[in-house]
Amino acid sequence: MISWAGLILVVLLLQNLMLLGTGRVRACIRIAAMQGAILSLLPILSSGGVPTLRETGIAAASAALKGIAFPWLLYRSLRGTGVRREGAPLLSYSASIVAGMAVLGIALWIASRAPLPGATASPLALPAALATMFTGMLLIVTRRTALMQLLGYIVLENGIFAFGFAMEIQAGLLVELGILIDAFLAVLVMGVAIFHIHRAYDAIDVGQLSALTDWDR
Amino acid sequence: MFAAVNIALALVLSPLLLGVINRTKAVVAGRKGQPLLQTYYDLWKLMHKGAAISRTTSWIFIAGPATGAAAAFTAALFMPCGTVPAVFSFQGDLIVFAYLFGLARFFTILAALDTGSAFEGMGASREAAYSAMAEPALLLALAALAREAGSASLAGIYGQYGAAHWSTSGPTLVLAIAAMFVVLLAENCRIPVDDPTTHLELTMIHEVMVLDHGGVDFAFITWSASLKLWLFGSLIVGIMLPAGATPPESLALRVGGMLGLAVAVGITESMMARLRLVRVPQLLTGAGALALLALMLSFSMR
Repeated sequence: MISWAGLILVVLLLQNLMLLGTGRVRACIRIAAMQGAILSLLPILSSGGVPTLRETGIAAASAALKGIAFPWLLYRSLRGTGVRREGAPLLSYSASIVAGMAVLGIALWIASRAPLPGATASPLALPAALATMFTGMLLIVTRRTALMQLLGYIVLENGIFAFGFAMEIQAGLLVELGILIDAFLAVLVMGVAIFHIHRAYDAIDVGQLSALTDWDR
Repeated sequence: MFAAVNIALALVLSPLLLGVINRTKAVVAGRKGQPLLQTYYDLWKLMHKGAAISRTTSWIFIAGPATGAAAAFTAALFMPCGTVPAVFSFQGDLIVFAYLFGLARFFTILAALDTGSAFEGMGASREAAYSAMAEPALLLALAALAREAGSASLAGIYGQYGAAHWSTSGPTLVLAIAAMFVVLLAENCRIPVDDPTTHLELTMIHEVMVLDHGGVDFAFITWSASLKLWLFGSLIVGIMLPAGATPPESLALRVGGMLGLAVAVGITESMMARLRLVRVPQLLTGAGALALLALMLSFSMR
């Protein structure tokens, strides 16, 4: 019997590939937001029974923050800069998809050898969480614009949430809430930073920041 | 007996698929469109024409269409339909199935190069490049299905898909179907990859390779192209056939499914523009990634 959790995790993996395969910033923001919102509902949907008020509240808060607040903030800083798409990433989009598949393979391999404390919610939960975290890191490392790197950070956070779900950490929801607030502040601060980078350099290509170095090349 | 009916249906009904696709596109665009049976009329007309064959060509030019038709017909013999068995079946025949089309493509490319036209050489080069990228997607999707079914023959894979299988490995099957749909569009020169109606030199892929063929040769090319569409379609429709159906039911459901698939292709073609040539590899890489994901899921979900 295929569970809701399995289905959501497959959608999660597909969204990772979509994020790696496109350079349109608006589309990427939307995908990352949907990924966060769907993930927030994962614990409720997979529990089977009637969720408690506390679980529902935390899931709703997390979904609202990731699905509404993050994209709203990002769209706002996007409007300020006028950037439409990632120009030429360090790794081309086709190569990024291949790298995404390689990362998924690594995640499956790690998950197959990792000593797990107990049974996980779904056999796919741990590999999907690891793959999402790796995808976020890939985005941070291979994209040039600050906005896409920020999205990579959000995807990494999504992966951490999924990891908590995979490990079935009971008090994890509270920890997760703390991380979520950190991420929220980071998005807020980075939005301001992107605005300032744009004003100083007329672009949000972080490569330009290396001109600031004192080190003589 | 039903196996013979299965082959006969493929041979007779495959040109109808092109008509259904064109009619769908016409309806979506608000046109009246050509007759549903237009491909049959074209085939009839071409059969009664002679062919003008250039003096620069050799026997390869004539062998191209003949090999294409023979390969497509042989591939049809491997394709079962639900509970209707295939004529030939052995472990690993799905690789033979995939490479029969490879053989046909090889001869089409050689025939195109044989004309000595730079223009046809350009199309041949594109066809070779894109089919090389579509091949991993197709084989990985078939590998995922083979892994799910525990059998490396088309008969083993397509004989046992039913409601029970869909509930246990739904994601794998959906991903494999999505990958094979993209491969179907690419291999049969449908729109996001190639425009079958275009006659603009810079964008043609398949049409440009067969420009110098005429008459009976071209009739064979058209017919084997439609048979190829039918067989790639059966790869997709076959997964959705219920396991418990009787042979006549399977055959009827297959024909209905193929017509539905033709409508889906027509709608896809109406909604999308042709991709720029440099974007096509990205699409095919994406299809390959979906197929690989399906394969990985089939390993990890059990």
